[in-house]
Amino acid sequence: MNAHAAETSSNGFEPKIVAYVCNWCTYLGADLAGTNRLEYPTNVRIVRLPCTGRIDFNLIVKAFEIGADAVVVSGCHPGDCHYTSGNYHARRRWMLFRELLATLGIDTDRVHFAWISAAEGKKFQQVISEITAKTREMGPYRAYREICEA
Amino acid sequence: MPRIGVFTCWCGENIARNVDVQSVSEQAAQLPGVRCSQTCKYMCSDPGQKLIRDTIAAEQLDGVVIASCSPHMHLKTFRKAAAQAGLNPYLIEMANIREHCSWVHPDKARATAKAVDLIRMAAAKVRHNRALEPIKVPVTRKALVVGGGVAGIQAALDLADAGIPVALVEREPSIGGKMAGLSETFPTLDCSQCILTPRMVEVAQHPNITLYTCSEVEQVEGYVGNFQVTIRKRARYIDIDKCTGCGQCWNVCPSKKTPSEFDYGMGNRTAIYVPFPQAVPARPVIDRDACLRLTKGRCGLCAKKCQAGAIRFEDQDELVREDVGAVIVATGYQLYEIGRRGEQDRLSGYGEYGYGQYPDVISSLQFERLLSASGPTGGELRRPSDGTIPKTVVFISCVGSRDNAKGMSYCSKICCMVNAKHTMLYKHKVHDGQAHVFYMDIRAGGKNYDEFVRRAIEQDGAHYHRGRVSKITQEDGRLIVRGVDTLAGEPLTIVADLVVLASAMRPAAGVEELAQKVNVGYDEFGFLCESHPKLRPVETNAAGVFVCGACHGPKDIPESVAQASAAAGKVLLMFSRDQLHREPEIAHIQESHCAGCFACRRGCPYHAIDAAEIRDRQGLLVRRVARVNPGLCMGCGTCVALCPSKSADLEGFSEQQVYAMVECLR
Repeated sequence: MNAHAAETSSNGFEPKIVAYVCNWCTYLGADLAGTNRLEYPTNVRIVRLPCTGRIDFNLIVKAFEIGADAVVVSGCHPGDCHYTSGNYHARRRWMLFRELLATLGIDTDRVHFAWISAAEGKKFQQVISEITAKTREMGPYRAYREICEA
Repeated sequence: MPRIGVFTCWCGENIARNVDVQSVSEQAAQLPGVRCSQTCKYMCSDPGQKLIRDTIAAEQLDGVVIASCSPHMHLKTFRKAAAQAGLNPYLIEMANIREHCSWVHPDKARATAKAVDLIRMAAAKVRHNRALEPIKVPVTRKALVVGGGVAGIQAALDLADAGIPVALVEREPSIGGKMAGLSETFPTLDCSQCILTPRMVEVAQHPNITLYTCSEVEQVEGYVGNFQVTIRKRARYIDIDKCTGCGQCWNVCPSKKTPSEFDYGMGNRTAIYVPFPQAVPARPVIDRDACLRLTKGRCGLCAKKCQAGAIRFEDQDELVREDVGAVIVATGYQLYEIGRRGEQDRLSGYGEYGYGQYPDVISSLQFERLLSASGPTGGELRRPSDGTIPKTVVFISCVGSRDNAKGMSYCSKICCMVNAKHTMLYKHKVHDGQAHVFYMDIRAGGKNYDEFVRRAIEQDGAHYHRGRVSKITQEDGRLIVRGVDTLAGEPLTIVADLVVLASAMRPAAGVEELAQKVNVGYDEFGFLCESHPKLRPVETNAAGVFVCGACHGPKDIPESVAQASAAAGKVLLMFSRDQLHREPEIAHIQESHCAGCFACRRGCPYHAIDAAEIRDRQGLLVRRVARVNPGLCMGCGTCVALCPSKSADLEGFSEQQVYAMVECLR
């Protein structure tokens, strides 16, 4: 789907998407998307971290608490980690905590993992466009906010 | 109250085309803690930087947000500008409103709103930034070189000539490595030993080099600039200071049946032996598994004969400690074991070539020994089975290399040149002989390399057949080589007297254990990983550890030497300063909160977390806590995510900073 068409075809709902990305692969992939002028929806807010290994489970929960409709975690491909093995830690942690998120009442379909390298500007554009479109389709994420406010 | 300055860049039209910079700047001025908000056409230019410097001074700013391009582009520039104005450079944050905003969002209203959000996040973060100072690490100006082949020798001599003391550790009884066993080298056909042995002697005589042979690295502790290395000197059973190398001992030794490692089993040696005549040090060693005195308590003839009294049967392994600032790994290669039948633990494959079964099927390094004037045949080319001169020799390329089924998908790079060299040397020794080469492709990239292969074919008449060999059998003492010539499109059978397999280059045995000791990554084949394949080819991800030679990937002598000098150059660069300055954005642990579970230590990719002991005034152990070694930590933050008590945190990306960024999006 054309990224831009997705943005305008909505009925006023603008998803809030928080992306935790590593400094060496995905952040640079997003930079490359910029250098190549690859358009994607404006909904994503990137939080730059040194490595996906730094991304704590609580950060994902925090994003939903402040009203995010989707969370993206993205780092280097397996074997490419700038810090040798941080992305493996992130992956293992995600396997473990996926169920815990569900137990907390978080819709795990709203958490997205992607490996995007510094060379994959195109992939960054695609991933963000797809996640934005999907989130738009799913509608605003109220369930967890309601739990927080209760 | 914080005093933050926001500086929004137009980047000419790059940002301003899709982002309303004026509006962004006005909205930024309203953000909490922001004292002033300015714009400039080009913030990275001289006037832009001056604006930043002057505003920092005039407004006494304690935090700065630059809204411009990617931090990968100009964070260093702006940190420097801040430092010039007297503001700690780590109190700068950037909002990437170009790559992540104006360049990808053509809708001006949306892009402008996003730009404000990005600045909001950066401003929220910078309120929690702390002034940091570069970590200064003292440097021990001494280097460890592991591996005494041509790469290790080159690196050690370059460093030693520059005045750096070097500890050179070699596992074998002599330095020289694989190159010492070669007969001639491509593409010049100059004698390998004539080039190498003077360099070996130079090592032995150099006042700055401490040579450890029969030795291995047992343990490496510490961090860049400050490694503590434990070296295991295996018992040599010879006092090399007393020994004169006269040779009386090995002449009387009755145990003569051990296959010579240096000759790759093409000849035998005694139990007390020097690996080859030009060995450095030129002192013998006793093979503890072959010596009758050491195994059975009998004999001792060598000791009776030795006038210097240098034989020490009671010798024990010895552990030596060396403190060094840098480590160069140059452990080289071994050849792929070509799958002898019944040897399950070896890499399997090519049983059909009969290596180990037919004595006249040999590896390319064994062929080198048959060609060598110092080899088991004294340089006369005689085949192993019956000592006759082979009139037809078949050389097979890519035995193991470029073969996924055998587990090595890579090209070993040197074999095409080695084969061409072998056909030439063979022809020079056996004028009426015929050399055949089975190849997949001829890869002869390099100065004078392709010309060399052409010479082998055109002047020395080697027959090159493009295709693989499927099976080798033996009949009446000759080898029947069955293959295919794919250019002619027909099967090809050659009756040969000798077959030479150009088997793949693999990293030397034990390199993975060493890599773990020095914390360097290795690939699926065991080759060590450089830090960046183009820009940091000799550095590794472990600060202060460098690689060169074939331990890093298949390469020939000139490349190994060049890489060794490059590694030495990098070490010299490191040693050119009194102290190393490291990025201060690393982890730290609040010891008062740490429960001592050490989850962080298990997760740390750099082994940068130590167990520290908290003791009371009487010196009694109260508890053990985790402590970050600032020399080792690279700032990935894995420990922060792992710490259950939230005692670990990361400068520059602290919990407070990251949560503040997310919180402001509420």
